[in-house]
Amino acid sequence: MNRTLRSRASRAWARTATGIATTVTIAVTTTACGGAGGGSESAPGVTGDTIKIGSTQPLTGPVAPGYAKMSKAMAAYFNYVNDNGGVHGRSIDFVVEDDGYNPTKTAEKTRKLVLKDKVFALVGAFGTAPHTAVLDFIRQNKVPDLFPSSGSVSWNQPDIYPDTFGWQTDYIREGKVLASYVKENFAGKTVCAFGQGDDLGADGVKGVETVLGKDGLKASEAYTATNPDVKAQIGKLQASGCEVVVSFSSPGFTALALGTSAKLGFKAQWVVVSIGSDPVGLTGYLKDDAAALTNGLISSTFLPLPTDADNSWIKLFTTINNEYNEEQGLDSIVLYGYALAYSAVEALQAAGKDLTREGLLKVLGSGDLVGPGLTPFAFSADDHSGFIGTAMTRITDLKAEIISPVYVTDDGDGPVEKYDGVAPQAPKGGISK
Amino acid sequence: MRHDDTTTTEHPVLGSPARRLLTHSAVRNGLAAATVTAVGLLAVYTVDDFTVGSVAMLTAYACVAMGLTVLIGGNGQISLGHAALMAVGAYTMALFLEPRTTALREVPVLSVALALVLAVLVTLCVGLLIGLAAARLRGPYLAGATLSFGVAVPGLVTYFDHWFNGEQGLPVPPPDMPTALDNALWLPDRFVALIGVVAVGVTFFVLANVKRSAVGRHWAAVRDDEIAAQLCGLSIPREQVTAFAVSAATAGLGGAVLALFLQGVNPHSFDLRLSLGVLAAVVIGGLGSLRGAIWGSALVVFLQKVLADMDVDENLPSASYGLLLIVVMLAAPGGIQGLLSRLGDRLPRRSTHHQGDN
Repeated sequence: MNRTLRSRASRAWARTATGIATTVTIAVTTTACGGAGGGSESAPGVTGDTIKIGSTQPLTGPVAPGYAKMSKAMAAYFNYVNDNGGVHGRSIDFVVEDDGYNPTKTAEKTRKLVLKDKVFALVGAFGTAPHTAVLDFIRQNKVPDLFPSSGSVSWNQPDIYPDTFGWQTDYIREGKVLASYVKENFAGKTVCAFGQGDDLGADGVKGVETVLGKDGLKASEAYTATNPDVKAQIGKLQASGCEVVVSFSSPGFTALALGTSAKLGFKAQWVVVSIGSDPVGLTGYLKDDAAALTNGLISSTFLPLPTDADNSWIKLFTTINNEYNEEQGLDSIVLYGYALAYSAVEALQAAGKDLTREGLLKVLGSGDLVGPGLTPFAFSADDHSGFIGTAMTRITDLKAEIISPVYVTDDGDGPVEKYDGVAPQAPKGGISK
Repeated sequence: MRHDDTTTTEHPVLGSPARRLLTHSAVRNGLAAATVTAVGLLAVYTVDDFTVGSVAMLTAYACVAMGLTVLIGGNGQISLGHAALMAVGAYTMALFLEPRTTALREVPVLSVALALVLAVLVTLCVGLLIGLAAARLRGPYLAGATLSFGVAVPGLVTYFDHWFNGEQGLPVPPPDMPTALDNALWLPDRFVALIGVVAVGVTFFVLANVKRSAVGRHWAAVRDDEIAAQLCGLSIPREQVTAFAVSAATAGLGGAVLALFLQGVNPHSFDLRLSLGVLAAVVIGGLGSLRGAIWGSALVVFLQKVLADMDVDENLPSASYGLLLIVVMLAAPGGIQGLLSRLGDRLPRRSTHHQGDN
């Protein structure tokens, strides 16, 4: 009748049109993203001549400077295996996804690896916080989750997460070993703790308190991995009169803590978790002051030291590193990558020619894996923790050396004991049979 | 910057036709919401296991973006802290569901539904508080204040780590799926996408009607001219606070859906980049337009996906939003929805009418 109505009609039409357009575009967009193909074999990610495995790693972001080299070492070892016949004739296709140490991205990237790339298994997925975020997803999709790169005790929950197996000595065990060394060698001193505000700090302090008792720590301070300022925490440790600080910190924060302590004039004996004390890593942060600040620092190790040139594993990995990863020196992070990759290949080899996910899990649960560490693994049907102990080390002039026997313990309240066994030697050819 | 203008397009004096129109618009909003839901469901049922994750992300983004577009386009307030409001919803979800987890690490669907409602309510309350502060601020000061809220929340979460488990965050157990879906071999991601689609449908319907109600008109009046609105007897702070609270509530819902999809919450997930991503979705889609917010969310999620596959620098998505924002502001200030409406208007007859409404 009038303009109002007619234009109303035309607007209604416009609405319908845009509605349809919305519908179509969303449908197209959503379907366009998909359509990833995958093999139809019984075991996802396994073909006649390849095994696809994946890992989420911090190639960018806050922890990348220290850890991006780890997955390169893993890739180098897999390339070495591929050039030497592969795993039962299959070559390893190693897919690394960068999650920037951000759990949200880890969730996305792990989904990409499992659902789109259809990897057979995850190997060495990095970091406590990031990987914890995908444990449920891994369980739902029944993906073998070998050796997350972290010592969180969360990996050892076979009832809830049957597909996840730890590798590194967990932080409770390491905390117990560090604490019992402190108890023996620094009796009567005021002991405190400093740690990262996640499982690294929490599990570690739990281990320390198991040995020293609930009131064994005078003070316990936590830092946030995204806040590079630890003045407040170090100040409190200083005010509490701490003489020994057991530190569950990543290399960057160990360096920060040492530097801040020096600035504040806080002199204490630092006893640092294995993953936070690599002299090469600390030198990267502390530069010219590294030697002065790290002298006498006590730590521990569950792998042979990268500087131990006579060790069969170090010889092996140095050779491989020189050929496949030449611009990178063999420091303890790089060694971690090699050793972990070796263990993964050992498990894949043991799972046999007819590779299935169930078969791989069975091999891991059998407890037959030996690995390149100083101690055996804890693996059994109802235990998914990795190495069971460490040996104490001390840094002098930027070189770590082992200063104690190897100690082993459990992740409960069992005793810390000397390990009498002999560490395994690297196999001829560098690949497990 | 042009806003869509529902207040001026209807005849103010028509009595009963106006009422009919209102009922009419409620029906139409219902139909539009049903269409959105249907498209979403179609996507959930057809796409593969990997892509369904993108659908779930998209629904989380869309919930937040729709609320934000109502706040910015509908009420003239800006917020750079919506990611923090999402965090409030997400943490509410995690804290409520944790004690209700079964031995199999699942939670009953009813608990999930309750948790979603609770997330909305809690975020609404937080939004009220922030809205009270925000209502005193204008322009860049408001942007600054909401920005600092966005930065503060991750800090608070790590400070009170005995409640929120610090940087590592809290797990959010997946819902125990109905047997029928279990039998259809659905993974939790798909079920969460389904929940997200329903959340988007409900949010769309509610917001579309609020926009056309007296409340929505008051918000728009405040946006257009505060003095004129005051002269008409409106309380400026009250309208601004309610708008902020409603917008916050949808952010809480979006955050809860995101947490459900990610199966966990942690401070890293709700950083400034998320706030900026949602803001980009709103502007690219068309300020003030609900459909535009969905468009924008789709584009942002799609961009993230594509750029992530290309293995480029992790800051590139943020940079690309910035670039897109500039392009959109220069070339199509009405955003995607504005372009579509202009296109739609042009086809039947040349019309001088505005960009589309919802």
